[in-house]
Amino acid sequence: MVILLALMVGLMYAAGIYLVLRRSLVKLIIGLILLGNAANLLIFLIGGITRGEPPVIGEGEFTLGEVYADPLPQALILTAIVIGFGLQAFAMVLLEQEYREAGVTDLDSLKDEDTDDQ
Amino acid sequence: MLTAVLVGFVAALGFAFAGNHMRKSVSYWIPFLPASLFVYFALMVDPVLADGAILFQYNWAESMGVSMNFRLDILSLLFALLITGIGTLVFLYSTAYMRDHKQLDRFYGYLSLFMASMLGLVLAENLITLFIFWEMTSISSFFLIGFNYRDKKAGRAALTALCITGGGGLLLLVALLMMGQLAGTYSFTEILQSGDVLRDSSMYPVILLLLFAGVFTKSAQFPFHFWLPEAMRAPTPVSTYLHSATMVKAGIYLLARFHPVLEGPGLWQNTLLIVGGITMLFGAIHALFRTDMKAILAYTTISALGIMVFLTGLGTPAALAALGLFILVHALYKSSMFLVTGVLDKTTGTRNLTQLRGLGKYMPLVFAAGMLAALSNAGLLPALGYHSKHLFYEASLGHITHSTLLTGLALVTNILLLAAGLLIGLRPFTGQPSHHPAERVSSLLWLPALLPGLLAVAAGLAPVFMEKTLTSPFAKELTTTAFEGHLHLWGGFDQLLMLSVMTLAAGLIVYWKFSTPKESRVTLVNREKLSPGGLMYKAAVQLRNFFKTLIHILQNGYLRYYTSVIVGFLVLLMGLRIQYSLEFNYDLARILDIQAIEAVTMLVMVISVVVSVVSKSRLLAVASLGSVGLCICLIFLYFSAPDLAMTQFTIDTLTVVLFVLLLNGLPAYLLKADRGIHWRDLILAGGFGALIFLFTLEVLNQPTDSGINAFYAENAYLLAKGKNVVNVILVDFRGVDTLIEIVVLAVAGLGVFSLIKLKVTDAPE
Repeated sequence: MVILLALMVGLMYAAGIYLVLRRSLVKLIIGLILLGNAANLLIFLIGGITRGEPPVIGEGEFTLGEVYADPLPQALILTAIVIGFGLQAFAMVLLEQEYREAGVTDLDSLKDEDTDDQ
Repeated sequence: MLTAVLVGFVAALGFAFAGNHMRKSVSYWIPFLPASLFVYFALMVDPVLADGAILFQYNWAESMGVSMNFRLDILSLLFALLITGIGTLVFLYSTAYMRDHKQLDRFYGYLSLFMASMLGLVLAENLITLFIFWEMTSISSFFLIGFNYRDKKAGRAALTALCITGGGGLLLLVALLMMGQLAGTYSFTEILQSGDVLRDSSMYPVILLLLFAGVFTKSAQFPFHFWLPEAMRAPTPVSTYLHSATMVKAGIYLLARFHPVLEGPGLWQNTLLIVGGITMLFGAIHALFRTDMKAILAYTTISALGIMVFLTGLGTPAALAALGLFILVHALYKSSMFLVTGVLDKTTGTRNLTQLRGLGKYMPLVFAAGMLAALSNAGLLPALGYHSKHLFYEASLGHITHSTLLTGLALVTNILLLAAGLLIGLRPFTGQPSHHPAERVSSLLWLPALLPGLLAVAAGLAPVFMEKTLTSPFAKELTTTAFEGHLHLWGGFDQLLMLSVMTLAAGLIVYWKFSTPKESRVTLVNREKLSPGGLMYKAAVQLRNFFKTLIHILQNGYLRYYTSVIVGFLVLLMGLRIQYSLEFNYDLARILDIQAIEAVTMLVMVISVVVSVVSKSRLLAVASLGSVGLCICLIFLYFSAPDLAMTQFTIDTLTVVLFVLLLNGLPAYLLKADRGIHWRDLILAGGFGALIFLFTLEVLNQPTDSGINAFYAENAYLLAKGKNVVNVILVDFRGVDTLIEIVVLAVAGLGVFSLIKLKVTDAPE
């Protein structure tokens, strides 16, 4: 499974970068979301994956057993997911507002708006 | 000592932010600051004469070899006395001269900042500390030149001065660092012992050239002199203080300071003699052709600085004694001339010599101040200038091979300077009065102008005292040879007397020739296009245009361009590097252990990712994005992360819902990019993905057990009373992190809310 997940992470990064390189603002945001997901999956994978041993202390016990999934990467990723959502939500609303004001979703035409310093 | 240096900075801070509290009444108290410092340094004269050099040690950044040590010897003491003494006069004069100015707070703030920096510069014993103070004088000079910031030309002059002196300062820094590296210390007192190490080093010429770059820019030597006349845009008290009496002499100070360590025949002497010689002649000639009194003063200052460099180049005890005396003489008569000019400017509204006549009748004391200054400048008894001129000739005559040429050069310069001095001290006061000033000149204006002249006469009448306290110790400090028995009121009929008489006679003739300044003469010498200043300005414009073009290429405003450059470089560099470190010894049993349901999930995920990229429908793309999120959610479930799965599920749903809601108002996709760009981006993205894949496998090869997870596994329940370890970490062990995360989310939420509410009424055209 590790090999598949590693391939998956690579594919998601590639897809994310490819979308970020597009001119459309909508694609840019889809790309950002994909990159965020890919990063989470990467941390999860590198942290070491274990089947069926969640880091939860069982009934009547005081510590985790011998085999358990590493709780630390999980805590990190949980934070990352939530923060990522904050970023994505902000980016999406920004895009929507930008379109309402400037009327374009083409990044190249946005460029002309703020470089008339001559 | 530390207090003496730092008090100016503290005062500067206080003044600069005083705002409207800084009124006329307050400003009368400010001269007490430099005056008390002057008294402090004056009390140091005797100890310094007795002991040579006194060290004051204060720790600063010792681990980097930077200390706040101060060294008080005859050289730094002379400068410290000039800085505080002339400073007192200038501060006093400013109370009257700047009386009605609205921004007294800034004025006194900058002036104090300058005074403190200059004191630090001449007292610093550590090369790095010295450099810091050096730069601070450049910066305060920038603010003071541009003090009348509404005047565009003042702004440009300030910028020119900053660029020239700051550029020179950078080169100086390199010279100082190289010296420190070679000597193994940044302490001047220790470097003093390693003169031979420096002179024998192959880097010696480089150090000299870099040092000269710093000195010549700061002390306005040809061809870097042009910033100084421009700097005369500053208020007259500032010109007096910075651009005549003290700051421009910082370069001379540095030369004198390093004279014992770096001097030698060849590069050191020849460069200084040639540059100093050209500068003193060039400045003196230019001065005579000007009509603006401050321009005359600027060029005579350049000439005087040239003389100082020239004397350092001669390097004999006689020359250095002459240097020490001339620094003092020049500061006294030149500050007096500047202050006289300021008075005339203030009372008549002009400082153009073609319009000023016969004012001696209305302001006899100012006339007296001007005449005393001109007298000292001319080198006539009883003024102190008499002695310095004698020493100057004595030094040039003492040159072994070229004494005739150098003395001739000195003679011509002195003749021209004498005439220029009379243009300031005599010309505006004689003849038919051109103006009838109504009010009497305030004593706060004439007194500071007269005082240096009186001092110069008093000192001139006491040659033995001057020799004991200044010239002889000065020469001894810099050359280790005492220099005595050369200053006297009457030395008999000798070569020196003959030269002095020639100077006077020729000077008077030149003055008579030039005594009616004409505007037409200015254009004779003002060749803007060919002057070093004009050429350097042109070069600067070219440089700016070059970088403008470069920036337009690099920073072209296309996000895609930036991203592809960054990703491209990352792939290239990491790709090149990673091929050497890949080991490929994977634990195949572990990485190929795949269950059927996982494989199916992966398949769904691949399809979703591909669809989200290639789909032409935005709704489909967003839906596949949701599907990708859900697959990740399943992966979290398979691999023992139920909390992550729950979070991912919630967030993924929210994202998709939000996106769909907002998408409603957006237009369809643009399909603009051509096939070539698609392929290029595909290769770039594919390369990046492959890199991440290899990187991941490689990292998985490394052991990950850090022991931190064991701590949490053991203590989650015992210490924090929670059974879900992930949750315990988030809300207990790393609770503050989570709190801050919530804050971040709240900020993002506020941002989202205000963006939705935002109505741009004033839309850009």
